[in-house]
Amino acid sequence: MATSIRVEHVSKQFTLRHAKTLRRMVTQVAHRKPLKGSYYALDDVSFEVEQGQSIGLMGHNGSGKSTLLKLVSGVMRPDSGSVRVAGRIAGLLEVGAGFHPDLSGRDNIYLNAAILGMSQAEIDGKMEAIVDFAQIGRFIDTEVRHYSSGMFMRLGFAVSVHADCEVFLVDEGLAVGDAPFKRKCVRKIKELHDEGRTLFLVSHNIKQVAKMCDRALVLDQGRLALDGSPDDASKYLAGEYDEDIEGDDF
Amino acid sequence: MTTAETPAAPRHPRLEEPGQGGGLRDVFRHRYLLSLLVRKEVRVRYQGTVFGFAWSYVKPLVRFLVYFLVIGLVFGIVRRVPNFAVHIVAGMAMVHYFTETFGSATKSVIKNRALVRKIYLPREMFPVASLLVSAVNIVPGLVILFGAAVLTGWYFEWVMIPAALLGFAIITAFGMAVGLLFSALNVYYRDFSKVVEILTMLTFWSCPMIYSFDRISDLFFADPDLRWAGELYLANPLAISVMLFQRAFWVPTVANDPTVDQTQVTLAPDLYTRGLIILAVSVLLVFVAQKVFTRLEPSFAEQL
Repeated sequence: MATSIRVEHVSKQFTLRHAKTLRRMVTQVAHRKPLKGSYYALDDVSFEVEQGQSIGLMGHNGSGKSTLLKLVSGVMRPDSGSVRVAGRIAGLLEVGAGFHPDLSGRDNIYLNAAILGMSQAEIDGKMEAIVDFAQIGRFIDTEVRHYSSGMFMRLGFAVSVHADCEVFLVDEGLAVGDAPFKRKCVRKIKELHDEGRTLFLVSHNIKQVAKMCDRALVLDQGRLALDGSPDDASKYLAGEYDEDIEGDDF
Repeated sequence: MTTAETPAAPRHPRLEEPGQGGGLRDVFRHRYLLSLLVRKEVRVRYQGTVFGFAWSYVKPLVRFLVYFLVIGLVFGIVRRVPNFAVHIVAGMAMVHYFTETFGSATKSVIKNRALVRKIYLPREMFPVASLLVSAVNIVPGLVILFGAAVLTGWYFEWVMIPAALLGFAIITAFGMAVGLLFSALNVYYRDFSKVVEILTMLTFWSCPMIYSFDRISDLFFADPDLRWAGELYLANPLAISVMLFQRAFWVPTVANDPTVDQTQVTLAPDLYTRGLIILAVSVLLVFVAQKVFTRLEPSFAEQL
């Protein structure tokens, strides 16, 4: 099997500017307080993912999950170490980030699909499937600002899952729409996985990860605390992790 | 091409670092997306208005009327500048192409922060799209300019083509350079958008638009001690570009008019040579701006 994602000794540090205006800077210096602080969002993280695997990335809020996802998608670059990915990346990262409220559903599909790297011919070919999946029907030529929030999210999801890619990233975006649509989303993501795509899923939800992933990574304060089965991850997180609160997304 | 029913089996491509931008060349590779972004901006602009695109003619017309009535008639510039109307409109076309590019490109990356933070795209895409949108937006101004010129006796000369193209090319290259540079700097310190507002204000006065170059010539080029000030004035890409446009659209309407005092029809000495040099410098500046952009771009997502 070919390697799909290779993360080697990756660290990422964030700088906090305590003083943003000149006035604040002067008072900070006068009080002998530092102007900047920094912390490690990721600290020497390494792992490798085979093409076609599905990985669940878990951890508490602030453990570095989103940062890691951003490094894998190329939105951010590591301070040290290297991140390498094979093939096109697409995913559900804040569904509908590229939508414009004053454009019709159809125009937004073109725009968002092109943002995800699709060509015009590709989008033309998939248009029907996307509209079908989103269950937008006759509202497709209506401006998106008239859509209900459910329709809006369905449309965003529909475009993302039709992007042609080798690596599919999901950032806790699974909980969109009503129960039937959620089931449809999960089915579709499984289908993408069955077709041999690498799945990289960021989630708080142990049940979800157990259901969809064959491997789990747990981040703890920026360090890779566990690399094992979803079962191991759930044991690791148990105790501190209250399943009853977040466990019922499906 | 694949359809949703039969997705392509994933290939096995090489491992690569994601998010390694190829700069402006990468933007060209994404030209379909670029065209959609430009179309979106143009379409959204007058969305929901009854008169639609007709509004884009109202703004330059009103602007022209104000300049013409106040500066031309009230201040009496019409007596000093023959066919003052076309003189301003020719200048306005270039000045507003530049100021719009500069202003919107500077804010472009911040405006698209939702995308920048979520999906990797060549980020140069946003200032480039702003430039193209501004280029589309000057079309009404150009139509008004052409109409006004024809009404006041304009005739075609071959020289207008290189003159107008050179003027347009200078603003395009220079606008691209400053747009790239300031869009990146503005991500780090929003103060830069304030700097841009002030520079934009200065732009207006720095070109022979509401006054003629004849005045500058009298002030700076008549006196050898002040020549440096004249040269400085002509180092401004905007001034040269405005005069190139005036060469194309204004000069033909006044040059052969026996009632016009021809000393008032003065443009910069060696206009074309200066134009070509400034174009070359502007293109060089685009490369410099691209270098700066590439340096700053990797941490855009965390700064926004």
